[in-house]
Amino acid sequence: MVSGPVLWLVVVYLGSLALLITSAFFRLDDFTGKSTSEWTLANLDEAFTTGAYRTLVVRSVLIAAAATATCIAVALPVAFYISRLARPWAKRGLVVALTIPLWAGYLVKAYALRAIFEPGGANGGGFLNSVFGGSPGFGYTATIVTLAYLWFPYMLLPVYTGFERLPDSLLDASGDLGAGTLRTFRSVIFPLLIPSIAAGSIFTFSLSLGDYITVKVVGGTTQMIGNIIERTLLAPNQPLAAAFTLWPISIMVVYLVVMSRLGAFKNL
Amino acid sequence: MQLSRTSRWSLRTITYLTIGLVYLPLAIVLVLSFNDSNALVWPPRGFTTHWWSTLADVESAREALATSARIGLVAMLIAVVLGSLLAFGLQRFEFFGKNAVSFLAVLPIALPGIVTGVALRNTFVRFGWDLGYLSVVVGHATFCIVVVYNNVVARLRRMSPNLREASADLGAQPWQTFRYVTWPLMRSAVAAGAILAFALSFDEVVVTTFTAGAGVSTLPQWILNNFSRPNVLPYVTVVATIVMIISLPIAWLAQRLSDGPRER
Amino acid sequence: MKRARKVFTLSAVALLTLAACGGDDEGGSSSDLPKELGEGEGAVNLVAWAGYVEDGSTDPAVDWVTSFEEETGCEVNVKIGNTSDEMVELMQSGEYDAVSASGDATLRLIAGGDVAPVNTDLIPNYADVFDDLKNKPWNSVDGVAYGVPHGRGANVLAYNSEAGPAPTSIKDMFDPASPWAGQISVYDSPIYIADAAIYLMATQPELGITDPYALDADQFAAAIEALKTQESIVGQYWSLYTDQQASLESGSITLGTSWQVIVNLASANAPAIMATKAEDGATGWSDTWMISSKAKHPNCAYKWLNHIISPQANAGVAEWFGEAPSNSKSCDLTADPNHCSTYHAGETEYWENVYYWTTPTEKCLDGRDAKCIPYTEWVNAWNELRA
Repeated sequence: MVSGPVLWLVVVYLGSLALLITSAFFRLDDFTGKSTSEWTLANLDEAFTTGAYRTLVVRSVLIAAAATATCIAVALPVAFYISRLARPWAKRGLVVALTIPLWAGYLVKAYALRAIFEPGGANGGGFLNSVFGGSPGFGYTATIVTLAYLWFPYMLLPVYTGFERLPDSLLDASGDLGAGTLRTFRSVIFPLLIPSIAAGSIFTFSLSLGDYITVKVVGGTTQMIGNIIERTLLAPNQPLAAAFTLWPISIMVVYLVVMSRLGAFKNL
Repeated sequence: MQLSRTSRWSLRTITYLTIGLVYLPLAIVLVLSFNDSNALVWPPRGFTTHWWSTLADVESAREALATSARIGLVAMLIAVVLGSLLAFGLQRFEFFGKNAVSFLAVLPIALPGIVTGVALRNTFVRFGWDLGYLSVVVGHATFCIVVVYNNVVARLRRMSPNLREASADLGAQPWQTFRYVTWPLMRSAVAAGAILAFALSFDEVVVTTFTAGAGVSTLPQWILNNFSRPNVLPYVTVVATIVMIISLPIAWLAQRLSDGPRER
Repeated sequence: MKRARKVFTLSAVALLTLAACGGDDEGGSSSDLPKELGEGEGAVNLVAWAGYVEDGSTDPAVDWVTSFEEETGCEVNVKIGNTSDEMVELMQSGEYDAVSASGDATLRLIAGGDVAPVNTDLIPNYADVFDDLKNKPWNSVDGVAYGVPHGRGANVLAYNSEAGPAPTSIKDMFDPASPWAGQISVYDSPIYIADAAIYLMATQPELGITDPYALDADQFAAAIEALKTQESIVGQYWSLYTDQQASLESGSITLGTSWQVIVNLASANAPAIMATKAEDGATGWSDTWMISSKAKHPNCAYKWLNHIISPQANAGVAEWFGEAPSNSKSCDLTADPNHCSTYHAGETEYWENVYYWTTPTEKCLDGRDAKCIPYTEWVNAWNELRA
């Protein structure tokens, strides 16, 4: 009863993934741009052994990690404040205020951030440029900040929930035992929050890793793994694009396993 | 817990600074919706209410809004039914491979949208299914289900099994227990998940790009296409502002629902 | 749950088997040319270059779609392809009826069976098309026409006249010592390798390149080297035309490989933006409107082809985009009476050092008895470069 309809969708989704992975093993006809039925490992070879692509993947992982770290660094103090220090009647309002941007539209936010980071030039322009006289311009900084901005609510919500679940008694006990704020945070709060942080990071990391639109909008000439997948798919070279997707798939599977060890699934 | 004055002050500052920074880009969008120019660049060139006053005439905007709303509602409904069933089934029954299923259930959101989009498109094209509304709905449903599932599972976990046992002890049939005990405690999580699922579907662009047919244009696609149409582009800021305003009460409601029934 | 697992495993195996067995449609176009046009189907889905299918949404005064919709009842849906590669991919999906394909897409589409031959008798305006555009290697096979010519043009160099004097050579785009370094905008498509080849034709003639699309292994390697060196002075790789427009307007880009329509749009907001053509040569395009072999609205597609090469519409798009029209009668209808001479519509010598976008093949396009690099390698090389 329960499994029937669920299974159908699982088959559609997982089946599609399986099809995608197998399609990476077919050779592309050079001239027509279509997949043939010849088996080959050339696509996987190209995707996994070419130095330039490995650098690309490492770069994407680092950018995604940096964006995630930024989200964590901002979410922790903010969630702490809202959960423990804000007036009770204001708490929900503050959380809502920080999650409203989720509704503002991904593309619109990305282009707004582009207007902020625009380096301008001879004709001025750009928000940071106008206000501060300069801007980091389009590149890694802009990409990491934009990604962190876009996915911040996904980190804030689980971390906030995590803080709400922390029993006051633990914190009081820590204080009674003579620990200062920072020590309490490091030894009591943070370890208990790891599952929430892990849960939030699944969203921020995967959304950042696979993103190709943000990088095109604010990243200047930077490319991430999502760009190479899109570019290859539109080449058109579907088998090679499928081979490239094996990178984020394997990275995320490993990431999910690690996060699950950290307790993320008990805390989604 | 006692916190020093500096700690309190820094935390408060960080929080309000964050809120300010979070709204900065949105404020820029609002300002640009009154911009007398057809490029999304700062600083604004002049003031005009032209975009706001003529929005009603832009047929493509209306169609895109309607398409997104339709697809969002259908995806949400599918997600509510299938997501709750999945959460309920997994929570209630122990079986071999349960962890694997939870793991797999997270994949649609954990894997980048481009992977899902490419995979689904590949399947649809290979089996000759026409790309159109249905293909987009299927794509959206996959990640919407995860969202509802997460919310419901989190709530079910917080529910004490004592209540169910007590209900059974008092002689209730399983469906009665569900209807009178479990469901009332669960439904706000389902609702919160449903709202979040709708929000995700409404704003989704990557999977949609790969699974939509030639005639389907959701709101995010309309926005994306307008970056090639300088004369329609400014309407994007107006539409975005309107959506944001409408979403205020909805976001509030979603947060209220996910806080759940007051714990005893 | 055991039964469910079995069902799941079986389905998975079934899907995998299907995947392994399922080949794709065989190539080979249908040889049934339609003999007459029927009623319009009410809609037509087009894939086009930006600026080719204007319905007023870019500039309210620029519209040759509404008149078509009113005359034929075919509602136009257009998907903009930013590069030829995107267009080929879109046409492969079978979702679109017609495409404005450049020479680096046309032969791939024909070989892949994605487009059908066109019965030019059903397109009255075809008679007025310039003769030297008809039955060319990129738009016909063995005398059978696969589309109608749209127009042709050269890729221009857009520059900011306040940042420097008009560039005369393509060297300004590649030389590390270029005065425009750091603010250069390059077209983000593998076909741009041909521009690097033109640069080599001017700076390293000993390589012996005669056709920028016919590159043997050594010539290709040199071109990739030139592009790698160029990376350090590039500020932007563009495929969405409004991105380059915005950067030109804001001043963060002062020189770039561009289209006249982009320069026109940018200069409306920033008058210092101008266009010029490099003396050493440029890549260009000669576009063809083609009809999909899986078109769901073939009659509307034919009607569109007839409309877009009609004297009025062709004049409109040629002026808007900044190219030479394909219809000889359009020259009398352009708002600027000198348009055709500015764009060298009838002059054969002008087009001698404009190298139309073409699909590079293993068989060298310049007729040499050597092995040239095919397009898939161009794509791979470009991807690695951009990674």
